[in-house]
Amino acid sequence: MAKIITVTSGKGGVGKTTTTAAIGAALARTGDKVVVVDFDVGLRNLDLIMGAERRVVYDFVNVIQGDARLPQALIKDKRLESLFLLPASQTRDKDALTEEGVDRVIGMLSQHFDWVICDSPAGIERGATLAMRHAEIAIVVTNPEVSSVRDSDRIVGILDAKTLRAERGETVDKRLLLTRYDPVRAARGDMLKTEDVLEILSLPLLGIVPESPDVLKASNMGVPVSIHDPNSAPARAYHDAALRLKGENIAMETPRARGGLFSKLLRRAA
Amino acid sequence: MTLWKRLFSHGSAPQARERLQILLSHERQVLGGDDLLSRLREDILAVVARHVPCEQDNVKVRLERGTPMSILEIEVEVRGEVNLAISRAA
Repeated sequence: MAKIITVTSGKGGVGKTTTTAAIGAALARTGDKVVVVDFDVGLRNLDLIMGAERRVVYDFVNVIQGDARLPQALIKDKRLESLFLLPASQTRDKDALTEEGVDRVIGMLSQHFDWVICDSPAGIERGATLAMRHAEIAIVVTNPEVSSVRDSDRIVGILDAKTLRAERGETVDKRLLLTRYDPVRAARGDMLKTEDVLEILSLPLLGIVPESPDVLKASNMGVPVSIHDPNSAPARAYHDAALRLKGENIAMETPRARGGLFSKLLRRAA
Repeated sequence: MTLWKRLFSHGSAPQARERLQILLSHERQVLGGDDLLSRLREDILAVVARHVPCEQDNVKVRLERGTPMSILEIEVEVRGEVNLAISRAA
């Protein structure tokens, strides 16, 4: 049986889809069988970040409505043998995903994969609650910025109330992934520090992904950032996060401002 | 900003932190998934939906707190026209 992860945040644009692709690829690179599922019906983008946009024939909604079988809709990654994508549909009908349909598809996926990673749409509406419904682990993606932290707090409340685990009286294992972290601005006191966000949200930390041009470069190329340039800072952060999800004890690397005291002073004064 | 101020200011992050702490301690009470308002909302939805078509997003429950009196405002949107005779029989 698969472990089911939901990547969520409340706020849009914080890096949910980037994270889904990056963690999915990082887990697949360790040999595990992984499927990433796009729940953003009407505004799908995971296909684009994975570089599979031209290979979408059938989608999640087609499978739910019985127009396609699940294996027909799954897209195999070109780079990693054990990585698959279930794309969302572009339909404008927001009720196209049903609870029963989602239950059935997730049930089938969890029999064939080690990890099912659900990419949640932004917001707290139906799509988002359906994406978190089966979650065993929730990755709460947060930027060190007030509106993102507030929305993450809201999402944590919903994870504790609206998931199958919550209904059964169990809890979802929630982990904080801090993204777009800029160590220079944090050191200058102009960005919330990791400790600030951790204290405010009181969630265990899964990883810190530094702000980096590599993320945009990888998305331009349609390659998950964790495998685009495996030595880049965000790729290493995602790879470590994936290993932590597998239960490995990896020391947390806090991104540091590069350079010595002199260049720091210069930056401060700039 | 002068070089001196730049070097010795504490930045804006402490303000962000303080504002968030105050805001979230308030919102957790009001918006938490298991608070009075969301329970009321779900109970009202369950009763209304037995008789007329009604969905989760169509039930709004607001509480205006005040002294000496608070106002609990409940607004239920129902799709289409409601036929009173049928509703009563159902």
